Amino acid sequence: MNGAATYDLGPWYGGLRLPAEKAQSTAQPIREVPVPERLVLPLAQHSGDPAQPVVDVGDRVLKGQLVAAADGILSAPVHASSSGTVAAFQSWPVSRRFGENAPCLVIECDGKDEAVDLAAAAVDYESMQPDALLRRILEGGIVGLGGAVFPTAQKLMQARSMTLDTLIVNGVECEPCISCDDMLMRELPEEVLGGARILLHALGIDKCLVVLESDKPQALHAMADALSALGDERIVLKQVPSIYPSGGEDQVVQLVRRTEVPSGGLPTDVGCLVHNVGTVAAVWRWICRGEPLISRITTVTGDGVLHPMNVRARLGTTIADVIEFTGGYAERASHLIVGGPMTGKSVTTDRVPVVKATNCILVLSRPVPVGDEKPCIRCGECAEVCPVVLQPQELYWYTLADNPQRLRELGLRDCIECGCCDLVCPSHIPLVSYFRRSKARILELAAEKERAERARRRFESRSQRLEIEQRKRREDLAQQKLSAIQAGPEDIRAMVDRARSKKSDE
Amino acid sequence: MLAAVLTATLIMSCIALAAGLLLGFASRRLPGTTESLVDRVNDLLPQTQCAQCGYAGCRPYAVAIANEGAPINLCPPGGAATVERLAELLHREPAPLVEPAAAPPGSVAVIDESACIGCTWCREACPVDAIVGAHHYLHTIIARECTGCALCVPRCPVDCIRMSA
Amino acid sequence: MEFERRESPFGTPPTDVGSTMRQVLYALVPAALAYVWYFGSGFILNLFFASLFCVAGEAFMRRVRGKDVEYALLDFSALVTAALLTFSLPPLTPWWVTATAALFAVVVAKHLYGGIGYNVFNPAMAGYVVALVAFPAYMAFWPAPRIGDLDYHYLTFYETAQYTLTGTLPDYLTVDAITRATPLDALKTGFENMQTFREIHNNPLMGDFGGRGWEWIGNFVAIGGGWLLLRKVIRWQIPAGVLAGVLLPSGILYVLGSGLHASPGFHLFSGGTILCAFFIATDPVTAATSPRGRLVYGFCIGILIYAIRRWGSYADGVAFAVLLMNMAVPAIDHLTRPRIIGHSKHEKDKA
Repeated sequence: MNGAATYDLGPWYGGLRLPAEKAQSTAQPIREVPVPERLVLPLAQHSGDPAQPVVDVGDRVLKGQLVAAADGILSAPVHASSSGTVAAFQSWPVSRRFGENAPCLVIECDGKDEAVDLAAAAVDYESMQPDALLRRILEGGIVGLGGAVFPTAQKLMQARSMTLDTLIVNGVECEPCISCDDMLMRELPEEVLGGARILLHALGIDKCLVVLESDKPQALHAMADALSALGDERIVLKQVPSIYPSGGEDQVVQLVRRTEVPSGGLPTDVGCLVHNVGTVAAVWRWICRGEPLISRITTVTGDGVLHPMNVRARLGTTIADVIEFTGGYAERASHLIVGGPMTGKSVTTDRVPVVKATNCILVLSRPVPVGDEKPCIRCGECAEVCPVVLQPQELYWYTLADNPQRLRELGLRDCIECGCCDLVCPSHIPLVSYFRRSKARILELAAEKERAERARRRFESRSQRLEIEQRKRREDLAQQKLSAIQAGPEDIRAMVDRARSKKSDE
Repeated sequence: MLAAVLTATLIMSCIALAAGLLLGFASRRLPGTTESLVDRVNDLLPQTQCAQCGYAGCRPYAVAIANEGAPINLCPPGGAATVERLAELLHREPAPLVEPAAAPPGSVAVIDESACIGCTWCREACPVDAIVGAHHYLHTIIARECTGCALCVPRCPVDCIRMSA
Repeated sequence: MEFERRESPFGTPPTDVGSTMRQVLYALVPAALAYVWYFGSGFILNLFFASLFCVAGEAFMRRVRGKDVEYALLDFSALVTAALLTFSLPPLTPWWVTATAALFAVVVAKHLYGGIGYNVFNPAMAGYVVALVAFPAYMAFWPAPRIGDLDYHYLTFYETAQYTLTGTLPDYLTVDAITRATPLDALKTGFENMQTFREIHNNPLMGDFGGRGWEWIGNFVAIGGGWLLLRKVIRWQIPAGVLAGVLLPSGILYVLGSGLHASPGFHLFSGGTILCAFFIATDPVTAATSPRGRLVYGFCIGILIYAIRRWGSYADGVAFAVLLMNMAVPAIDHLTRPRIIGHSKHEKDKA
């Protein structure tokens, strides 16, 4: 009943079978990075508006204390990852901006790692109303840990306004090198399952699919054992084949729910909600243990580090500190990627801190030079591997031709930027970069069009207003003329007297 | 021999002429889309409503282009890009702009509030009602709605409006 | 520690254009060896001149167009054009016929259309067609295959070189003594003379399927093509389409046509059918790109090959079939575009 099933999956298109490169980092248990001397907390670790600080320089803060509050409808709070003193608000390099600076809150840690009263913060979620539970989740700073860092509470709130039937917990982790979700499921399956139950209660549904890739047998066993110990019939494990990018949100829905997410839509449009296993476990820690999101599991791997492994690091620990803990760089380290080898961000410095989105720290050696981009030879390999069945070669040609309308018609906005087409191109055309630029251009043109539309509407209402005024004036004038013609000699004399008396008043 | 060549040439020319006439008729008369030509031309214009083209707004200019064959290079805010897009839509030759734009694209008008006398002359000039202010009260420009047409600038009697990028 | 930036994805691309083209050249080696075995050293001389002029033309055009010359030679596409031309041209060809074909293929059909990736027409076929139409006599100059039991003088290397370089044969030989009809030529003249296929096929020059010698070359081309399929250099849709397009009408007419049509096997192993299916029609730049589109493209090429052979005035229709379908590729791509995930079937893009 709770066994994993590979059959009855939906159709799959394209994708690539990439070498997993996860063995090196999964050979040992998760290790805990000790609290560093300094924690750097960016205020914008999530999609939406940055959090606003609620502490001042010089304040002493405890682990788990709120240091920046959510600001606006789409935002999330930030909590202190350890105890210490707020040292400064300053610009610091962040991975979100590839190593450029962003506003951060710096805490000098005192080493005591004293926490707020966590037990008091834990709640009995089963007795809570769903709305209250969602507000509580928001207060924990929980965001999507799969990479999109969308505030979880808001995602749940949006979902509650739709008709849902399935919660999908995404433990696929299809991208090579990344293994943090794998290790989480191996070592802490109860947290994942506990979080799933909390979300089932919050959403008011009773069906949950936990999805894993077929190349994670240990995780599968751990989850299956924990599930049978738990005995919750609502949760079912499912396996998907290990093809990249089977773990994308829309792709998982397509495979396990056998429905396509409509273009421009969300999984909630087809009745399901997808959350990453890490997010779900973080929800459990916050609701049942009172610990807000202050740490996460990160994979440290690549041929540029001496000892690949998975670590749990406090948010705000710089990558330099994490790598030092794991044993340091290899001689040939030359690129630092935050994220995986297909979709990660190449950052310029290791001073960037670990944030909520940091699922993997990948250090690579210098790549083999492949030369410049060559002309497209229309081989069609890119179209063969696109999981969304787009025609990347056509999108490329129309990008060169700067034809945004055609790009829209050919479905550019459905591109998930997985990088499959880019990787297989024999002419080494950086397709993902081209598509990102085109998407930005389309947005720019849409904004321009919207402005023009507003101007046109204002012009038309102004023209109407002027016309009404003119007509009214003509009517008044006609009315006056009419009354003047109809006026008798006494009225005229009265008018003349009135004018004379007015004149004499002045 | 010569007769054969001449006959062949004549027949081919007649076919070509007939085909050309047919295609020309089809492209001009037969409906290509449900959207009227005026709407499609209007969609390409920047909606600045500045009347620099000589027509009282973008839609009148669109009507003139579509129905009266007005020149397509009269719109400075649209720039060369609009001229090219109009040329492509209407199968006409693009031409350089008759006049350069009064202000660089993306600029908005800004009123120097210390100098404003509240005369409302600029407010009456703005084709999209982006200036607010009552008689004898301070005027200001709603930057979000300003299209950069610069029609208000020459109207101010104390010269307190400038265009800023 | 500071780092340099790179663009994602951060993997090593599995292949590049040069290696793809090289695979095609390797796959042609068995067929080339068979060709030389059966038809002598003319092939090698042709290959030399074709390669020389293709590469020279490519380098010259890239220099003239202001692009880097070195890459032009590294991507091996000029050599592939040269190889395919050599397979198409008769093995005994004066060097200037080969040169004209090669230069037209590379300079006009490829670079004047924009260079690799931008050309509409298959360069090798365009070059061949120019030679065919401009020098029809030289293009009919096919020697007999080396099958051992003919009363025939096989040219030595020296004599072949002499003809290729100067266009003159040794005194004791005439053109008629050297040339023999190709199987397809024999088929056409035979049908014109109201012979049945069986009668034509009884000719000592005919083997089990096609002409003797020719069918062995066809086998080796197929081996090369199969290797390309295994290595995923080409995909199955175009070869399958071409073969189906040739076999289907020829099969139907052979069965129903009371002996007045050649067998499917004959068509398959004669002329350039197999070469076209695996090497010529699969040129990625000029072929359709969607999987269904490729099937349609290949199938139509096959039908046209058969149609031109059966009802046209040229013996082999491969080159013309390919060029005609090249023109249709944009339409095919447009009509066979697959549905995007998340879009409904009715959302037709408005072009």
